[in-house]
Amino acid sequence: VSAPATYEQALLALATQRDDVVVLTADNRAHVPRVPEFLSPRFIDFGICTQTMVGAAAGLALRGRTPVVHAVATSLTLRAFELIRTDIGIPQLPLKLVGFVPGLLSEVDRPTHQAIDDVAVMRAIPGMQVLCPADLGELVKALPQVVASPAPAYVRYTDAPAAVEHNAPFVIGKAEVLSQEEGVSILTYGPLLREAEQARQVLVARGVPVHLVNMRSLEPVDEQAILDAVGPAELVVTLEDRFGRGGLHTIVAETCLTHRFAPRVLGLHEELSGARVAERILNVLCDREAGA
Amino acid sequence: VNAVPVALPDSEPAGPLTGPSPAGGAARARGDDRRRRDLAALALRVRERCLRLTAGDGSFIGASLSCTDLLVHLYSRVLNVHPDTVDDPDRDYLLLSKGHDVPALYATLAELGFFPAPLLAHHLRTTGSTDWRPSRSVPGVELHSGSLGHLLAVGIGIALDIRMRGGRNRVFVVLDDGGLDEGSVWESCLVAAAQHLDNLVAVVASNGLRATCRTEELLPLEPLPARFEAFGWACRTVDGHSFAGLDEAFAALAEPPDRPTAVVARTAWGKGVPSLEDLADRRFARFTDLEVEALVRELHGDGPAPLVSERKVVQ
Repeated sequence: VSAPATYEQALLALATQRDDVVVLTADNRAHVPRVPEFLSPRFIDFGICTQTMVGAAAGLALRGRTPVVHAVATSLTLRAFELIRTDIGIPQLPLKLVGFVPGLLSEVDRPTHQAIDDVAVMRAIPGMQVLCPADLGELVKALPQVVASPAPAYVRYTDAPAAVEHNAPFVIGKAEVLSQEEGVSILTYGPLLREAEQARQVLVARGVPVHLVNMRSLEPVDEQAILDAVGPAELVVTLEDRFGRGGLHTIVAETCLTHRFAPRVLGLHEELSGARVAERILNVLCDREAGA
Repeated sequence: VNAVPVALPDSEPAGPLTGPSPAGGAARARGDDRRRRDLAALALRVRERCLRLTAGDGSFIGASLSCTDLLVHLYSRVLNVHPDTVDDPDRDYLLLSKGHDVPALYATLAELGFFPAPLLAHHLRTTGSTDWRPSRSVPGVELHSGSLGHLLAVGIGIALDIRMRGGRNRVFVVLDDGGLDEGSVWESCLVAAAQHLDNLVAVVASNGLRATCRTEELLPLEPLPARFEAFGWACRTVDGHSFAGLDEAFAALAEPPDRPTAVVARTAWGKGVPSLEDLADRRFARFTDLEVEALVRELHGDGPAPLVSERKVVQ
């Protein structure tokens, strides 16, 4: 048996091993097209009844199931937010919320579909894991752990190809350090890792050493990885495809405050191409632009 | 007290418990009468406990008194759950979506032995778990609630799992008519009908009042049975204070089959205590100890209790 290559294969493999796994969706089967055929009646499509889907997932979890719940990230985290907070967060039910097209991936749909606040609102729920695999390979490797954990989780779905060669297995609560240097520390998560890696290459070519961290897990967060990145750095850069508030920039700020660090931090969440990221960083280093 | 429901003849009239039972025979009719007297006595004890929970920092007394007969009936005659089976996967589930009438739930559970009644003396204290909204840490409570429009969805999930496992147990979700404003309720009605959840029962405790006025004045939803039927549910209407009527309403669930059932129980806010009945500004009350004692006497048949506490129109 070959290792699962897609999210759907990974999900079906898990559901075959574990009969507690049930798969729910709100009229969105883009990434689980064959699950109904293989898993019914453990596959349930609620139509665009996102609130009811989340509430029903809580009911299924009360009966011992582990629901893996799918919808467009904005509807899932915002339309159903109060049910997530109240019916999943308060009792800490082991529900797995998988948000499709998170961040700015839905750019051409315009702001209604851009999940640029999902991380902030999910992070606001105590005990809710917030997991951001960088590429499909990471997502597939993460899934068994995510499902096995007793905690509720929000997963930002991605099917991006890998942009780097990973050097550490995906572990909830652990970041991956891709290059360990003293100079500029870039912290990022999700498919933006590709842009961060491109920026790193530009900067290294210009003689700027780069410490690059793939955060992977924003809650629980790898505080040590943040401290290791912040401590010796001339400049700390957070790169994320979302609002500046409530995400990684905020997490770094909270961590620094707790540990009494006051680094120079540049929060990037608008101009996200690798080339432009490198340019902005060089501007700050050359005092052509103030760090945030 | 937690017997499996006994089906009564369909021709059994709702309302006063007089007259012969046409199909069941005289002995059976006497048995039904005795059971209903027992239920009435139990409901009286539950109401007395509800009134006592209005002392100190108070409670939502109006809806608690309106829901009492319904909860007493469900736990005594309909639900297959008792203190030893609160974790049994084959139990029937009751979810109190309208969490603010939790005094009636706590008093019913205490009277039926789900937890020791003295725990109610810790109402609203940090030493206890019984506050203004249900807590899952109280034995018999399936899930916390209070934010309206959540638990029909949760009930759908429980009912789906029961069906997946081939179980025969049922899920009862108690809603209030004001709470039907929430769009999530009607979303859940769509899903329950689409999924043919005939093991799911929505019990609407329809007392006709909302926080500040008549339910219908603000957002008209009547006729409720037609609404549920339009969403593909079976629906019946019953006097929520008639044990005979409730027997009949709950005896013939899942008719027609493959549909969820809504039981619209017409109730009276503050039922049993004329000084509180049908008064929106006695929805929530903080009574003095003296007032509580007078209200308890009124419940047991004395004249109107003199009430001086401020009337409250609160959210």
